[in-house]
Amino acid sequence: MSDSVTLQDTERPERRKRNLSRRTPHPPTGVGSRLKRILNVDDLELSLLALPTFVWYILFAYLPMFGIIIAFVRYKPIRGANFLVSLLRSEFVGLYNFKFLFTTPDAAIVFRNTLGYNIVFIIMGVVVPLTLAVMMSMLYSQRLAKICQTAIFLPYFLSWVVVSYFGMAFLSVNRGLVNQILTAVGRDPVQWYMSPQYWPYILVGVNLWKNVGYGMVLYLASITNIDATLYEAAVVDGASKWQQVKHITLPLLKPMVIILFILSVGGIFYSDFGLFYIMPRNQGALSNVTQTIDVYVYKALMQMNNLGFASAASFLQSVFGFITIFAANTVVKKLDPERGLF
Amino acid sequence: MAVRSTTILSRSRGEPDSAMRFNRVSPLVNALFSAVFIVLALAATLPLVFVITISLSSDQSIQMYGYRFIPKEWTTAAYSYLWLLQDYVGRAFLVSVGTTVVGTGLGILLNSTLGYVLSRRSYALRKFFTILIFIPMLFNGGLVASYMINTQLLKLGNTYWALILPLTTSSFFIIILRTFFQTTIPEEVIESARIDGASQFRVFFSIVLPLSLPAIATIGLFLSFAYWNSWFPALMYIQSTHAYMYPLQYVLMSIERTIQDLVRNAQFMLPAETLQGLPTEAVRMAIVVVAVLPIALSYPFFQKYFISGLTIGAIKG
Repeated sequence: MSDSVTLQDTERPERRKRNLSRRTPHPPTGVGSRLKRILNVDDLELSLLALPTFVWYILFAYLPMFGIIIAFVRYKPIRGANFLVSLLRSEFVGLYNFKFLFTTPDAAIVFRNTLGYNIVFIIMGVVVPLTLAVMMSMLYSQRLAKICQTAIFLPYFLSWVVVSYFGMAFLSVNRGLVNQILTAVGRDPVQWYMSPQYWPYILVGVNLWKNVGYGMVLYLASITNIDATLYEAAVVDGASKWQQVKHITLPLLKPMVIILFILSVGGIFYSDFGLFYIMPRNQGALSNVTQTIDVYVYKALMQMNNLGFASAASFLQSVFGFITIFAANTVVKKLDPERGLF
Repeated sequence: MAVRSTTILSRSRGEPDSAMRFNRVSPLVNALFSAVFIVLALAATLPLVFVITISLSSDQSIQMYGYRFIPKEWTTAAYSYLWLLQDYVGRAFLVSVGTTVVGTGLGILLNSTLGYVLSRRSYALRKFFTILIFIPMLFNGGLVASYMINTQLLKLGNTYWALILPLTTSSFFIIILRTFFQTTIPEEVIESARIDGASQFRVFFSIVLPLSLPAIATIGLFLSFAYWNSWFPALMYIQSTHAYMYPLQYVLMSIERTIQDLVRNAQFMLPAETLQGLPTEAVRMAIVVVAVLPIALSYPFFQKYFISGLTIGAIKG
């Protein structure tokens, strides 16, 4: 959601023309040759300036991209050889890892969970923050709005580890506030961390609690950017506040809403590892409703030591993720060429 | 819900500037909305308050009455124990501070240099670098490939670099900075410095960076919060044999095991009776408080930078 930024130039056409003229060849005399020399040195210096980040991208972004072929081999480290050599010399097994992965019941469950939760998150992630932003823009007291915005935005900045302790303070079986309240009103305490039936609601609620501030702030920023004269004109025409929201605010926010929506659809194969792994405290009893692709890959890699499963699931996530993000971006560009990732 | 604006308009005629003042929801709706937001604000902040009061409860009262918003018995014992555990918790605090400082500094450097390079329209390799940062936004190798590269090839396992390097750079930050440089730094300033013989390094470090403090601050804040809150690299790359390299967040995550270790472990050389009475429940929450307070206290002051960063990112810059 946060990377819905454009890679396109923001320059105006006249500026582009001027820059173009700088690059046209000059006669090798006077100012022209001087400029040309500077440009060459320029390129060299800028390349040096870009070099460290370039190296970072090669090591931490591009090498792993080639590393995905690990899903098609039976990887065995060769003594004395580095990872890439070992990888290339490992036995090629084709789709074996994938076939094996889909013989386990886990595969269907993790894909169902990832897509299911994301669909709910995406819908709520549009509706709730948008509603709250419109409501907040109507408050009389700017001071109250500011304070509430600051408070509601706070959970976004907390780590999942911390949030999981908040969760425990409420849901702990013996000590938690919720069970205290349940016993106080004469109901039986619930073994929260053992009862999978509650966790879809808990996870959706906690995710909303943590992220609603972010969306609200984004939408609120666009609402405050709307030209106030539009509302003044509407008032002159006798429009009610509700009509103003319906005919001015929402239509003007529509492009942004659609774009954020499509881009989040693009990320539908990815999930927040912290929410699904840390928040339920990695309880086995809950894994049917808490295990998403990211959690499964982590567990297969680090706990089951099953590199085949882990790499196959990870590969599928990367490929499906690429397809959906690419498709989402294409749709966004169709709707509004100015937006989209590229 | 709506106020009929015709009546409002008749009142507002004659003072055109205050038309917006009359264009309001009814007081009843305002009261209702205010109540909703007060409830939401409390829901967002009360869990933190709750954890703070738990950390200030005595373990006996927790064991007898459970976690309570207003403890039966107040005590700062947990924090005194935290002080005794400084070999462990204090060290983790320093690891967190260290990785945050180094990571933020390095991240600002790596993101802003490429951001600046991409903002130079005449640069010959501009297209190449644009594609370089763009492809990873669409496609990535995933966890397994990254893990294998980082541990097998780059040998980052059990090093502080593993906590720092994977998080330093982001295409999103680079684009925010590029957009900022492009739109706020006048081309003429850079060109005249170049004509005067300043190198691109000089231009970048002495002109562009000082002129871009708001953007740098925004990225710096994003980075430092990300580092302070990070536990995933420690989970992946630091084994329990190297527990002294754990950052605070990860100590918190593995605390169940940690407290048992502490109780069992004689190397902390605490008197046996001290460990007997270790208020484990409150100590845990006290560590949560230590991990959260720097963020909760500083964030309201930095909020505007975050919002400007988010809006540059999401609404077109």
